[in-house]
Amino acid sequence: MRALAWHGKHDVRVDTVDDPEILNPRDAIIKVTSTAICGSDLHLYDGYIPTMQAGDILGHEFMGEVVEVGPKSTLKKGQRVVVPFTIACGSCYHCGKHQYSACDNGLPADNQDIAQEAYGQPMSGLFGYSHMTGGYSGGQAEYVRVPFSDTGPIVVPDGVEDETVLFLSDILPTGWMAAENAQIEPGDTVAVWGCGPVGLFAVQSAFLMGAERVIAIDHFPRRLELARRFGAETINFEETATYEALMLMTGGIGPDAVIDAVGLEAHGFFVDNVVDQIKASTFLGTDRTHVIRQAIHACRKGGRVSMPAVYGGFVDKFPLGAFMEKGLTLKTGQTHVQHYMPGLLNAILEGEIDTTFLISHTLGLEDAPQGYKMFHDNQNEVTKVVLKPGLALAAE
Amino acid sequence: MGETLESRPRDGAPPSTSKHAGAAVDAATDALVEPRGDTLVGQAVTINRPRAELFAYWRDLTQLATFMENVERIDLLSAKQSHWVVKAPGGTTVEWTATITEERDGELIAWASDPGAEVPNSGRVEFSDVGPRGTVVTATILYDPPGGTIGKLIAKMFQREPAIQARRDLRRFKQLMETGEIATGARNRRLQDEGKN
Repeated sequence: MRALAWHGKHDVRVDTVDDPEILNPRDAIIKVTSTAICGSDLHLYDGYIPTMQAGDILGHEFMGEVVEVGPKSTLKKGQRVVVPFTIACGSCYHCGKHQYSACDNGLPADNQDIAQEAYGQPMSGLFGYSHMTGGYSGGQAEYVRVPFSDTGPIVVPDGVEDETVLFLSDILPTGWMAAENAQIEPGDTVAVWGCGPVGLFAVQSAFLMGAERVIAIDHFPRRLELARRFGAETINFEETATYEALMLMTGGIGPDAVIDAVGLEAHGFFVDNVVDQIKASTFLGTDRTHVIRQAIHACRKGGRVSMPAVYGGFVDKFPLGAFMEKGLTLKTGQTHVQHYMPGLLNAILEGEIDTTFLISHTLGLEDAPQGYKMFHDNQNEVTKVVLKPGLALAAE
Repeated sequence: MGETLESRPRDGAPPSTSKHAGAAVDAATDALVEPRGDTLVGQAVTINRPRAELFAYWRDLTQLATFMENVERIDLLSAKQSHWVVKAPGGTTVEWTATITEERDGELIAWASDPGAEVPNSGRVEFSDVGPRGTVVTATILYDPPGGTIGKLIAKMFQREPAIQARRDLRRFKQLMETGEIATGARNRRLQDEGKN
């Protein structure tokens, strides 16, 4: 099959590799019809993520048609499914509590060592995201082996376009969980840092959960425009002093809830470790944690901090004093995708949530390297790249 | 030498987590019927399945090779005696015969290697209920590393060190019992056979 493989920093190629096979009873093989490049894929592209190996197949946002099933899979050939990026077993204690991203069994036993050392306990597996998350081949490919196919993938009805449901795989549930973690009460003002896909879905979700006002903060005009389209007020932090603006806009109180949808942008583990190392060796300051500091600083007393943004290691200058004195609450975590998929599929089918607005570019799989470069170089215009293995090479 | 747990304040933590290795080995030795070995490994895992089911799977010793990656083969010699063939660093194997020294149905299996074992070892596996979370399986293993400390270092380099192995084996046991399969990140049979995860 053809698949987008990582070969090193800024070097991804579409290679011919051998096909996936059913290995375990609960496996299924999916023929990919649509897959997206995630902001977090850019961390792999930039070479920030350790435990990558040349030839690793990327991609954790994908959907397609079931073409083969193991004896314990509950899927049927021919069904269309969206696959969650978190690989969770559905049978352990954490899955029983719907804490799917904390699944005990999604990671192969040997691969659990790194996370156990770094975090104390290992987390779930992820598709296409280095060997410390399991070494699973990802979805930017013609075919994918999907483990635990009886508990992860959600079947979508025929006649629904891929584009309307593809983002159930990651960014929509992530934005939704971000808003849920902000524990929004009717009448609240919610501030969202970062108008990437997760931030934009958090804006939509916050309004659906009863927020009266949402204030979106970014520096890309095109992304702020998308936030405005969903009813958010906007702050361009390159033009405006963010804290001062938030205080004036909220009558001196501060937002009731704040959401950091920037961080290291998405599912990158260890990135700030790397940055900290660079900082330590060069004596340069780092601004990486600026957003979470500013969010805590601006948040009203007794307010809530939601952090869908991913941090991997240690951070400097975390404002623990402000956090304690103001009595804030922080909720965070990798997304429990499987928990949110059914409700959000319903919301999409009912027309309550729009997802297609995000897609700025659609390319064939063969054009994936170009897609990475475009996304990397122009985050203002390129909001989301969808790859279609069935699409012929773009005529150039 | 001469360091015992009696000579210092004792807490309630498992002996294998003690900072005083000699005393810990002594304590573990006291707990075993026929101690063999001087290096102590302790690992525990919580498995979301009934105690009786886990015990029954484990007691059928030949099945252990399913999730114990380094175990090539286990042959039953009698109800209490088994012969083990285990992978060692450098593509070699080590073998021993072990005897079950104590057994309480659904609760505990203790064993010791017979005299003449290449890697003298002994230990116990305990199963205890933890309510709705299922069962805690605790393995305590005493062994004599082949080649002493140097041998242990070499084994660690090749990831055949018993502490690492026991941790991974218990994870695989948990996966098998909870999900019915052992997770692999491999894409297909070829990569799986090559050990690519």
